[in-house]
Amino acid sequence: MTAPLLVVEDLTKRFGGLTAVDRAALTVRAGTIAGLIGPNGAGKTTLFAMISGFETPTSGAVRFEGRDVTALPAHQRTAAGIARTFQIVQPFAGLSVRENIAVGAYLRRAGRTEALAHADAVGRAVGLGPQLDRPAGEMTVAGRKRLELARALATDPKLLLLDEVLAGLNPSEIRDMIPVIRRIREGGVTILIVEHVMQAVMSLCDEVHVLAQGRMIASGPPLAVARDPAVMEAYLGHGAAARIAASARNPGAPDHA
Amino acid sequence: MTGSARLPILIAVIVLALLPLGATSNTLLNFMTFALIVALAAQGWNLLGGYGGQFSFGHAAFFGTGAYAMGLLQVRFGLNPWAAMPVAMLLGAAVGWAIGFLAFRARLRGAYFALVTLAFAEVFRILANAWAFTGAAAGLLVPLKLQAANMQFEDKRLFYWLVLAFVAGALVLTAELARSRFGARLVALRENEDAARALGVDTLRVKLAAITLSAGVTAAAGGLYAQKSLYLDAAIAYGPWISVDALLAPIVGGLGTVFGPLIGALALLGLGELSKMALGNLFGGAVPGIDLIVFGILLILAVAFAPRGLLGLFDRLIRRPRPAEGGEATP
Amino acid sequence: MPFQPGCRRLMLQIDILLSALANGLMTGAVYALIALGLTLVYGVLHVINFAHGATLTAAMFAVWAAHDGLGIDPYVAILILTPLFFALGYALQRFVIGPASHGSDSNILLVTLGLSIVIENALLAAFRSDTRSIDVPYGFSVIELGNLFLPLPKVIAFFASFLVAALLWGLMAHTDIGKAIRAVSREKTGAALSGIPVEHVYAVTFGLGAACLAVAACLLMPTFLVNPRVGNAFVLVAFTIVVLGGMGSVPGALIGGLIIGVVESLSGLYFGESLGQIGIFLIFILVLLVRPAGLFGARA
Ligand SMILES: Nc1ncnc2c1ncn2[C@@H]1O[C@H](COP(=O)(O)OP(=O)(O)OP(=O)(O)O)[C@@H](O)[C@H]1O
Ligand SMILES: [Mg+2]
Repeated sequence: MTAPLLVVEDLTKRFGGLTAVDRAALTVRAGTIAGLIGPNGAGKTTLFAMISGFETPTSGAVRFEGRDVTALPAHQRTAAGIARTFQIVQPFAGLSVRENIAVGAYLRRAGRTEALAHADAVGRAVGLGPQLDRPAGEMTVAGRKRLELARALATDPKLLLLDEVLAGLNPSEIRDMIPVIRRIREGGVTILIVEHVMQAVMSLCDEVHVLAQGRMIASGPPLAVARDPAVMEAYLGHGAAARIAASARNPGAPDHA
Repeated sequence: MTGSARLPILIAVIVLALLPLGATSNTLLNFMTFALIVALAAQGWNLLGGYGGQFSFGHAAFFGTGAYAMGLLQVRFGLNPWAAMPVAMLLGAAVGWAIGFLAFRARLRGAYFALVTLAFAEVFRILANAWAFTGAAAGLLVPLKLQAANMQFEDKRLFYWLVLAFVAGALVLTAELARSRFGARLVALRENEDAARALGVDTLRVKLAAITLSAGVTAAAGGLYAQKSLYLDAAIAYGPWISVDALLAPIVGGLGTVFGPLIGALALLGLGELSKMALGNLFGGAVPGIDLIVFGILLILAVAFAPRGLLGLFDRLIRRPRPAEGGEATP
Repeated sequence: MPFQPGCRRLMLQIDILLSALANGLMTGAVYALIALGLTLVYGVLHVINFAHGATLTAAMFAVWAAHDGLGIDPYVAILILTPLFFALGYALQRFVIGPASHGSDSNILLVTLGLSIVIENALLAAFRSDTRSIDVPYGFSVIELGNLFLPLPKVIAFFASFLVAALLWGLMAHTDIGKAIRAVSREKTGAALSGIPVEHVYAVTFGLGAACLAVAACLLMPTFLVNPRVGNAFVLVAFTIVVLGGMGSVPGALIGGLIIGVVESLSGLYFGESLGQIGIFLIFILVLLVRPAGLFGARA
């Protein structure tokens, strides 16, 4: 299981004068959970947007399963097997939870019955079973985050890009979500996750990549990266070491950047 | 896979079909035929605007194309109207595709899309008003030949039933679409275009398919209108009135629902006629524009108080209000 | 040295061209004024006020009625109608458009469409479809400028439009309400949090838009006709200008207005009145399709 599923080669994105992502490179091996961390505004969401086809890179390339997908539009990348969630949740507010998930399920199923059945199954798997008939617009934050996850999952992706699916959840909700994410990986889906909740990153990820001001400043196993003083300085500023230690002693507490 | 709306459609169509057997008033029949034509145009609008959330202010472009195609194919090319009808629909659909291709590829949405459709309709109106081929300002007369083979009937009820058949077809089409993958994708992009793209929906293609279908249906309404009145000019065929009616009926009846356009068109035009009569009696003569004032007020009221239209209101009346989560436990 | 006949014809053509150009610029200035109201509302609320054209028609009828019924000169009417239409615009937004649309953009589009239908047809019911104009003693006065004869009312309209634009600019730059409007247009939630009454600001913006229309109507009536549908022609022109100049951009509206005035006047000269209008629509469509941010791009 060491074949690289996703290879990001020197991706750069400029918005006018601002370089949001600056020659960032990373590799995600199939079957792993990789973390992407970095302070606010580091360019994580922008990098996700380029991997999923929502932003065109200024330069650089995205390879998926060895194929150059840099020029593919977003919907074709999803068809190729790259699914994403949105940091700012984007529910189809007027539709029920089931119908929301079904839109994802339709990607590989033409029939209504099959798509709805798959939506039900995925919904139950992420813990939305009791809420399938509710309008998505009425969900709590935790429910919406699960819905983001469920919809993306319903497209049967090979690679799942999760952008802060734990943000805004309370510690007990986070504890509920972590095994859900683990089970998705066990189901054979490779995951790249952006997360500020350090505890989750530490416990979930096989490998962590650190982005700061658009640059990739470190990659490696979570513990090694967390102990890297350069990372601490760049990522969390002064006094970072103490806070990481604190969050390690106090499992589940979200680490506010 | 039988649509859940099959039975209501059947009932509605039977009721409408029986109407001219009981009431024989010519005025009523005329009114109903016209109302169903508007309903058909509105059903077309609803596919794109109601399900797809792309509000066109210029469906006159498709209505007019259908109408002129129907008239011109007969008058200038000697085509039989039964053969001209599908051609008119195809031409309308083609115009829809072309406008959609330009507008959606340029990523126009919301007010921008509304304005560009309006502008296209106006361009067509000005051209049709200036071009000798379309009869220019004098308009286009389709010769009167009362024969069934000529889609002109001695018995006006037959034409009414023909229009009703089109409406029924559009109802079935809408109901099927609403339950299909295409329908789910169309609604998804209405609710949130980015989210739809992330789930693998080719939004450009779906929108193009929707506007093409929508234009084809509205063009059929235009074709029927031409055949009903046997006269066309640019202000009738491409005039803003039909753009407004086609948009108003679904909004008043229930946006993005199977029956919304039909119910809206009947309610709207019925109220328009009633207010014309009532105020005409009051002021001792016809007051121009009264029905449209009523339409405008209804549009504002619908947006303000009945966002799901008459159907939504009806729903609220006959069904118990849905209990809030966990709020059902009463001792 | 006497002119050759060919040369004289050329001079004549240049004169016609120049006068079309001048006419276009003068009409364009009033168009700019109309577009200014539209772009102001767009800049702040980020929506299109579809009732803009109908409001202009109403203002033109008001000018006509003031002149015909009360004998008030249109230029004097500016003093009465501007505050009146400000109040009208304010009330429409505050009590109709705002509450009815529940904060959704597409609802605002529909509500203002509804308003335009109501206003236009109320005018039709009241005044029928006859076309009306007013007779003022200076209606046919001209100003001679070399070989050019410029109609006096149009010259007045040209300068008055720029004066109004300048006043509006001063209001936006130097008054408290102007600053509040700019704050709301940039960051609605932030402005609301810092205590700016957003609904009031929205209504004032609508009021200013309607006030621009009142002035425009007073400037137009000495040379224009009015009937219940006249606003349609103007509003599409105004949309075109706003799109051309960039939605929400005030200098864009001014320059766009002048450009459209000239294009209309020249294409009218070469293609005739009815087809001349097509030029405007085609520009409109082209700009929307090719550069939706407008030539001076000011879209949020
Ligand atoms: N569409 C855009 N236009 C201009 N600038 C943008 C755009 N999107 C992002 N940026 C800027 O690019 C930088 C990176 O933003 P990005 O959202 O990728 O950061 P992030 O790492 O996801 O931050 P966070 O942890 O807060 O989610 C920021 O400075 C942001 O303001
Ligand atoms: Mg982010």
